[in-house]
Amino acid sequence: MSTVTASPDVLVSTDWVSQHLTDAATRLVEVDVDTAAYDQGHVPGAIGWNWTTELCDTLVRDIIPADKFESLMSRSGIGNDTTVVLYGDNNNWFAAWALWQMKIYGHRDVRIMNGGRKKWLAEGRPLDTQKPSPTAATYEAHPPDLSIRAFLPEVQDAVKKHSAALVDVRSPQEFTGEILAPPGLPETCQRGGHIPGAKSIPWGKACNEDGTFKSNAELEQLYSAAGVTRDKPVIAYCRIGERSSHTWFVLKHLLGYKDVKNYDGSWTEWGNLVGAPVEKP
Amino acid sequence: MKAEEFTHRRQQLAGWEIVIETYRLGETYFTTISTADAGARFARAQGASKDESEQAALEKAAHWLSQTRRFPVTNE
Repeated sequence: MSTVTASPDVLVSTDWVSQHLTDAATRLVEVDVDTAAYDQGHVPGAIGWNWTTELCDTLVRDIIPADKFESLMSRSGIGNDTTVVLYGDNNNWFAAWALWQMKIYGHRDVRIMNGGRKKWLAEGRPLDTQKPSPTAATYEAHPPDLSIRAFLPEVQDAVKKHSAALVDVRSPQEFTGEILAPPGLPETCQRGGHIPGAKSIPWGKACNEDGTFKSNAELEQLYSAAGVTRDKPVIAYCRIGERSSHTWFVLKHLLGYKDVKNYDGSWTEWGNLVGAPVEKP
Repeated sequence: MKAEEFTHRRQQLAGWEIVIETYRLGETYFTTISTADAGARFARAQGASKDESEQAALEKAAHWLSQTRRFPVTNE
């Protein structure tokens, strides 16, 4: 099935990117989990952002502050009217994370390349190792839009009042508490399990094997079958908020759910809280 | 430059389903390994041949998977 999105301007194909490589109004940005991947070779003209240093506050646990966001956009040659196309490895995990932050700061036109780095590589499309040096642009961030971000008190309230559907997008083994982190990654919580009442819908179920998103019909069925419907607020979470930004993107921008938030505190916050209720399995 | 000989497959390793992706850039092969369920990439390597690259990545993956603790899934 083909992918038809509720917001067609947020998802572009590798073909589209191929046709806009030299478009001055478009900026390509690669954001990978593996921060060394960009240097191996990237889409020609793409700049690279390092999620560990450029997409978060490096002192306080938080998203990038507004002034640093403006600085990042400026040195990336991104103005308020620039069309930004994000892509990355792991089926666009951190591309979605970057898009979520750009939407928080009100960037109007930001899109994801469907299939990400994997699809570009698999299709044998051209790669470059040369890092562009964009001319600095003027950028002014909007006040943060917190309607797409959930903080702990709101999640606690949602648990008590059943006022939102909680979607745990981690693996089934993380959801049940069998493991405390994805295999091979450091354990970053004191307790395993999930937030009471959360539904387990792993992020990867939204993707095809080639890294592209499933069709809207398949996605609608995936979430509605678990009781996550468009008539109720949704809060997605994972371990640190990046996988859940992928699911947030699907629900908010591909399916067009009105009220969807990413709880970026996620399990590394909830699973370390003294006295927080935990459900297992 | 472009990626060539891109391959993608799933297999079992130490009781986990993993996804192995390998491709060649120039004369170097690159391999990344992620867990199928969590989708997290946790091992990568490179080599002069596909076998060399994948073997090195699999050795790292086996090491990291052996460190993963599994807990009972009860409320007790």
